[in-house]
Amino acid sequence: MQPLLQVKDIRKTYGPRIGCTDVSFDLYPGEVMGIVGESGSGKSTLLSCLAGHAQPDTGAVIFDGRDTVTMPEPERRMLARTDWAYVHQNPRDGLRMGVSAGGNVGERLMAVGARNYGTIRDTATDWLGRVEINADRIDDRPSQFSGGMQQRLQIARNLVTGPRLVFMDEPTGGLDVSVQARLLDLLRGLVRRMGLSAIIVTHDLAVVRLLADRLMVMKGGHVVEQGLTDQVLDDPQHAYTQLLVSSVLQV
Amino acid sequence: MNARQKNTTEYNFAYLDEDTKRMIRRALLKAVAIPGYQVPFASREMPMPYGWGTGGVQVTAACLTPDDVLKVIDQGADDTTNAVSIRKFFQRTADVAVTEATQDATIIQTRHRIPEAALTEGQILVFQVPIPEPLRFLEPRETETRKMHELEEYGLMHVKLYEDIAKHGQIATAYAYPVKVEGRYVMDPSPIPKFDNPKLSGNPALMLFGAGREQRIYALPPHTNVVSLDFEDHPFEASKANHNCDICGAGDTYLDEVITDDQGSRMFVCSDTDHCRIRQEA
Repeated sequence: MQPLLQVKDIRKTYGPRIGCTDVSFDLYPGEVMGIVGESGSGKSTLLSCLAGHAQPDTGAVIFDGRDTVTMPEPERRMLARTDWAYVHQNPRDGLRMGVSAGGNVGERLMAVGARNYGTIRDTATDWLGRVEINADRIDDRPSQFSGGMQQRLQIARNLVTGPRLVFMDEPTGGLDVSVQARLLDLLRGLVRRMGLSAIIVTHDLAVVRLLADRLMVMKGGHVVEQGLTDQVLDDPQHAYTQLLVSSVLQV
Repeated sequence: MNARQKNTTEYNFAYLDEDTKRMIRRALLKAVAIPGYQVPFASREMPMPYGWGTGGVQVTAACLTPDDVLKVIDQGADDTTNAVSIRKFFQRTADVAVTEATQDATIIQTRHRIPEAALTEGQILVFQVPIPEPLRFLEPRETETRKMHELEEYGLMHVKLYEDIAKHGQIATAYAYPVKVEGRYVMDPSPIPKFDNPKLSGNPALMLFGAGREQRIYALPPHTNVVSLDFEDHPFEASKANHNCDICGAGDTYLDEVITDDQGSRMFVCSDTDHCRIRQEA
């Protein structure tokens, strides 16, 4: 099987400081990769480089045989609204707050050429249902939604065009625990059913335990350990991973 | 200075100095070459406030020759404040002939209407534009809207129309209705009623748009193909008040609603005063 995404020796520095360096991995179709690490470990920098939001200093990100670092910008932006999706930590960054929920979901459809109001509206209604938002909220603005609903709306907006690869930056950050659990449940269902590949950046080990097939642990811009999620979490080899795993509070 | 200085005022012909006119003409040429594309230009301070047509006045000044016949309309009317003061301005600074008859004019500066009478080849229609960027209220960043024009990413424009239908059951945008020019650039036709949108397409006259505060010029050369954006199941409709003109009886013109007392009486009259006058005289 061909990998969907090949990441080769990504390095990004901010002046003399290292953002992330020497990152390489392959991601196969249907696979979910977790990236964990403390604040400032370079995981968000890495995600920006992979999603094309930032230009890495060196390295290649090959999606489906094409290098997304060197491809022309129109092509990359096209990719970003068809085959890719990006779920921001703060739903306000990923949503248009002045546009109704239906318009938010429909935007990606219209961006790729949908011009039939009825079809767009039906698809939006269907997707709101899939992320457990009541259909009668379709004309409400996201600002009238709770934090958890906003996050679910952002997910619907991203998945509506059937992307193959989803980038998620702390998708459960800022949500309370019970809402987190429901969101994770929903995400797991969607990812499995649609056969999505995903890269999830988080500092919450429970999130990766639930969602990720494979895990990468970062510290100081370097990858210190990677492997199958259960293997890394149950039998951590690197000192930092051991610290990370042991510092989770048990209830 | 090649312009004739037959007028007695101390102004250069048509107020602006020749270098400024040259700069504006260069922008105009580029705008005509790329229909619908917003060309930046170094807009000058004019002796009138922003919002009164400083962009249109500069474009008119750059196009005007001593032999031109100028007509100025404001919402279709020749006798409203904006039209009167701009007409006076050019009479004083350029000493050109002015007219109220659409077919006699060589340059027509207009605020928010296209005349009812068909325009002809050789005529220039100059629009006053408050906000040239059709994507402005959807995307606040100028860098981003420029990128969207560059890459033809116009999905967002339909989000606005979608919101209209979701809220009002139909496309409620009644003026400044977005259009696509020659299958390429999405353009704001200035706040003309959407009743006038069909007249933009294939028109034999040259249409120039000037936005003074925003420092942009764009253009539609004669016979340009202009399409109003819409949805397959909610097609574009050029709407007007469902009425006839109470003065001349015309049923096919754009109408103004005039409140005549505080008892709820009203009348509908042609917004194009010249067209209405001709019909009354006939």
